[in-house]
Amino acid sequence: MLTKIVSKNFDIPNSHTLEVALANGRYSSIDKLFSMTPDEVTAEVTASGLRGKGGGGAACGPKWELMPKNDPRPAYLIVNGDESEPGTFKDRQIFQYDPHLLIEGIICTCYAINAHHAYIYIRGEYKFFIDRVNAAIKEALDAKIIGEKIMDKYDFKLDITVHRGGGAYICGEKSALIESLEGKRGHPRLKPAGKECEWFFDNPATVNNVETIASVPNIVENGAAGYTKYGTAKSPGTMLFAISGPVKNPGVYEMAYGNKMIDFLNILGGGMLEGKKLKAIIPGGSSCPILTADEVQRAVLDYESMWDIGSTLGTGGMIVIDEDTSMVDVAKNLIEFYHHESCGQCTPCREGTGWIDKILKKILKGDGSIEDLNTILDVCSTMNGKTVCVFAPAVKDIIESIVKKFPHEFNIYFKN
Amino acid sequence: MNTFNYTPENELKFQEYVTRYPKIDSCMLPALWLVQEQEGWVSPEAMVYVADKLGKTPIQVYEVATFYTMFNLKPIGTYHIELCKTLSCRLCGSQKIKDHIKQTIGIEAGQTSQDGVFHLSEVECMGACGGAPMFALNGEYHEKLTIQRVDELIKECKNAN
Repeated sequence: MLTKIVSKNFDIPNSHTLEVALANGRYSSIDKLFSMTPDEVTAEVTASGLRGKGGGGAACGPKWELMPKNDPRPAYLIVNGDESEPGTFKDRQIFQYDPHLLIEGIICTCYAINAHHAYIYIRGEYKFFIDRVNAAIKEALDAKIIGEKIMDKYDFKLDITVHRGGGAYICGEKSALIESLEGKRGHPRLKPAGKECEWFFDNPATVNNVETIASVPNIVENGAAGYTKYGTAKSPGTMLFAISGPVKNPGVYEMAYGNKMIDFLNILGGGMLEGKKLKAIIPGGSSCPILTADEVQRAVLDYESMWDIGSTLGTGGMIVIDEDTSMVDVAKNLIEFYHHESCGQCTPCREGTGWIDKILKKILKGDGSIEDLNTILDVCSTMNGKTVCVFAPAVKDIIESIVKKFPHEFNIYFKN
Repeated sequence: MNTFNYTPENELKFQEYVTRYPKIDSCMLPALWLVQEQEGWVSPEAMVYVADKLGKTPIQVYEVATFYTMFNLKPIGTYHIELCKTLSCRLCGSQKIKDHIKQTIGIEAGQTSQDGVFHLSEVECMGACGGAPMFALNGEYHEKLTIQRVDELIKECKNAN
């Protein structure tokens, strides 16, 4: 069931050190890389169908194509390692076990978009992982893999800087991340009407998730066909799927897209803990519509199948919920998270998350009524599509799905 | 007037950060991290100091320091326990861990113990869901916590203090 591309070296002792990384194929894509033109690299990545692994699933190659050509301003690659979505803990595996794969991916990507400085924005809590990535960068600099030249022979200057976040979920949103990198509060930016690249101090920039960048060296080395042989036609390749909650083997597992969710739970996840029965799964980080146990039986882990079943694949980080857990508690726990993490810029989000939190508190106290559920759904609809970023619509997705799929659990708390 | 200064070592680190970005503005978070690593918290005086260094107004530093939850805006205990309260940890028993810590140390979330040794914070998802329940102790992750393990760690802190 496992298909190890990105995670190939994870189990090798000391895989994070340059010596072990080099002995196990890291930086082996670089010679091929520099035999291609940057446009050829981008075309190969586009042909591979590589999709962003940070949650949105947008195609990676077409994103690179948005970088302006022949622009006198310096271009930048910004790697999004803010990883804050509840249930998601995959990028840290790359930081911990194969930081040199990330650096190799950064070399490939920077060459393709002609950027000579890459920033890796890592969430502030990941101190251990930040130190590890910095150590790997130092090793790569000392070995002249990056710096003035690549591998001491290819004429391409590259600097990599790790930027530590300060504990704000919203900085995982790419424009909020750039605001943060510019030294400001992490407030998402208004999006342009047409498609264009991102802007870092008015310089062209591309923002990609850590796992996306770590998937690039394999595509450079083995070509698009080497990637599309895994997965489905529309969701090619592999993804680091995660599973947490009351299961026997919580963790991160790399699989090709297209496996059944229930198989993932039972085989790699080891099934439910002794005496626990499956009630529901929140599929890809906490912001995706919840799936009931029946829906889990039918769910297939690729983008299109997940849309068909009324949810999304998101980050691939599944949270498993057992029969002993009240869905009202789940909703309350998650809305507390979102209320705390709303950046406060847009009123529907700032006030809506707080409002739902208050209503759920009232329901849990035993003072609620069926009317409150309608109010929650009403607030959800007010939050949807009326804000700068997708934070509020994501809150609507999860809360609305819990209320609509498990109304009976709320009824228990109503007196009348 | 200003009582805060970087140590010479941190001043060197700051100067290195300045070379890493297209504009000095980007040094806001790195500069605040240096303050917190030096002092354990970010005082108003330190914010004014950072503002001077970055060519910003104090309010511009204040709005950033208060936006990001990891900056301590007042002094906290020697050992900072950041207990994850979000869903995966909650489903795996974080409530029991919290109750036990509260009982053992005698503080609520958000409080510092009277002897100044411990500070307990309840925080949102730390990205350790596979190791739930978990807390960070002065930034170091401790996963798959049991009551016994919590007791050991608390004891280690007390002994070291």
